[in-house]
Amino acid sequence: MMQDIIHQYLRPSKKFPHVWCPGCGDGIVLSAIVRAIHSLGKSKNETVLVSGIGCSSRAPVYVDFPALHGTHGRALAFATGIKMANPELTVVVITGDGDGLAIGGNHFIHACRRNIDITAVVFNNSIYGMTGGQYSPTMKVNDYGATAPYGNIERPFDVCDLASAAGANFVARATAYHAIMLEKFIKMGIAKKGLSIIDVITPCPTLYSFYNKAGKNIDMMESIRDRTITIQKAEQLSDAEKEDKIVVGIFANRDFPEYTGIYSDLMERAKRSVKDEELL
Amino acid sequence: MYKLMMQGNQACAHGAIVAGCRFFAGYPITPSSEIAEELSLLLPLVGGRFIQMEDEIASMAAIIGASLTGCKVMTATSGPGFSLKQENIGYACEAEIPCVIINIQRGGPSTGSPTMTSQEDFMQSRWGTHGDHNIIVLSPSSVQETFELTITAFNLSEKFRTPVILLSDEIVGHMTEKVILPDPDEVKIYDRKKPEVSPQDYLAYQFTEDGIPPMADFGSGYRYHVTGLIHDQTGFPTNDSNEIKKIKDRWMKKMIKGEKDIILTESIHTDDMDYLIIAYGSSARCAKRVVKIAREQGKKFGLLKLTTLWPFPDQIISRLTDKVKQVIVPEMNQGQAIREVKRVVGGKIPVVGVNRYDGEAMKPEDILTVINKL
Repeated sequence: MMQDIIHQYLRPSKKFPHVWCPGCGDGIVLSAIVRAIHSLGKSKNETVLVSGIGCSSRAPVYVDFPALHGTHGRALAFATGIKMANPELTVVVITGDGDGLAIGGNHFIHACRRNIDITAVVFNNSIYGMTGGQYSPTMKVNDYGATAPYGNIERPFDVCDLASAAGANFVARATAYHAIMLEKFIKMGIAKKGLSIIDVITPCPTLYSFYNKAGKNIDMMESIRDRTITIQKAEQLSDAEKEDKIVVGIFANRDFPEYTGIYSDLMERAKRSVKDEELL
Repeated sequence: MYKLMMQGNQACAHGAIVAGCRFFAGYPITPSSEIAEELSLLLPLVGGRFIQMEDEIASMAAIIGASLTGCKVMTATSGPGFSLKQENIGYACEAEIPCVIINIQRGGPSTGSPTMTSQEDFMQSRWGTHGDHNIIVLSPSSVQETFELTITAFNLSEKFRTPVILLSDEIVGHMTEKVILPDPDEVKIYDRKKPEVSPQDYLAYQFTEDGIPPMADFGSGYRYHVTGLIHDQTGFPTNDSNEIKKIKDRWMKKMIKGEKDIILTESIHTDDMDYLIIAYGSSARCAKRVVKIAREQGKKFGLLKLTTLWPFPDQIISRLTDKVKQVIVPEMNQGQAIREVKRVVGGKIPVVGVNRYDGEAMKPEDILTVINKL
């Protein structure tokens, strides 16, 4: 059943095998995005996928939607132009932790602040996969990477805290292990008017595992499963107890006014103001 | 038709509206901000949309996204912002996205001289983004021409599926002078070629006779993939060296085939001249005056005003320099266009530069001092 749905959305020709390594979580996340779009009854023609650069940003190649594979970090900026010029389109951004939070960090917070009706899914594996395993802005302190041979000394961003503080209407976290929960959150995000951020913890069993001796895909998936707790559970734990945990759930779900709607109101107001002036 | 006094940057905004621009994304920067200000006022009145993005990079990205929905789009900036936009100007070249970029030049490098004029981005406008690419650059020298060339920039960008840069400068952008605005129905407007085949048969980057693939709007039923990676006719990335060469050849071919439409120049007294001045932008205004003064003194000077800077008008310059003793190239930089003129002239006659790079306008005396020594 699930496969039947996915097959309706794969590009009809030529695009396989995909670039992802065996055991990568990115396919699971893409599958959840497709199922969420499908279950909302969105038309393929009117759903646009926009991505940046990196492993996760290759996702739009494989599925049959109009798609813009942009420049590194700029997916939300390209998407903002698409949504502004045609607010009827459903716009879904696919980005990674490096793409979305490092080079694209400025666009990330400003898209949240504008609260424009776009859903961004952050494929968060805390490492730069495509370039060979360098540390990313979501890597934990003391994890290792190709550019952190003595252990990472930088504190990571909490994607959900950042998005919530910056003003996004819907903010949630799930993992590649919890695929059904993930699909539900993406669906809620797309249905929500305003900016939605879905942070997805996903394993990189090739490079993250190489530098951090995290084992095979199955070991990383089990580790994600065992470390995952709900927001309610997290509230009962001390900071030290939470340190290694992945907190999943809905961090923000609110109804601040949405940007393209506000702009449409502005257009009406502008036209009225000119007419009033002409009456003088 | 009506006549009024207008600032160069305002005229640019009005030209954009007449050309059909319905989306502008920008970031505040001197001396181009008036373009954004004017469009924030005008666009919502004509059903268009304006957005001030978080930075220059984002505003270039936003206009590319908007263009893919079928909208005519523009951004405006100056030196430091122009540097930042290069990343996504390259994307627009690679993905063949129609869009217009206005650069009201100021002195550089870096923050440079924000409130003063220059023509220091002549080379950057051609080679600012990395990699082999093709691009069109136009240069206005008056408020009237700013209005008209903004429309031309949109038309060329739509016709050839390419970013077009309007390389103005602080003097032209900030001067106020008389403009004659035509009735909108008298203005020739070109819209991009749309696919005539069904979505199933559509190739987003098809090799057509003119080298320009028809462009479908996102949301119109044509589902295709747009990427900054080198791609084949389908629009999907490729590592096939044959395909890589083929698409790059097509990009070059569409510009060469289009030169008749793209290359615009203006010749003054070039039928009967001993000396030729080649100038562009606000320096061309000054050069016009110099030709007049020189002729009054009995010296046979002619002027070639470059309206299109890139592709560089090799053939016209080659022809005109066959019959003169010397060429003078005044420009407000340390000598950029002169390199191209020298390349074309190939040593057959001397080429002399008049260079002003102190932030002030080129004055007729600057050129006269040089030509009086001839």
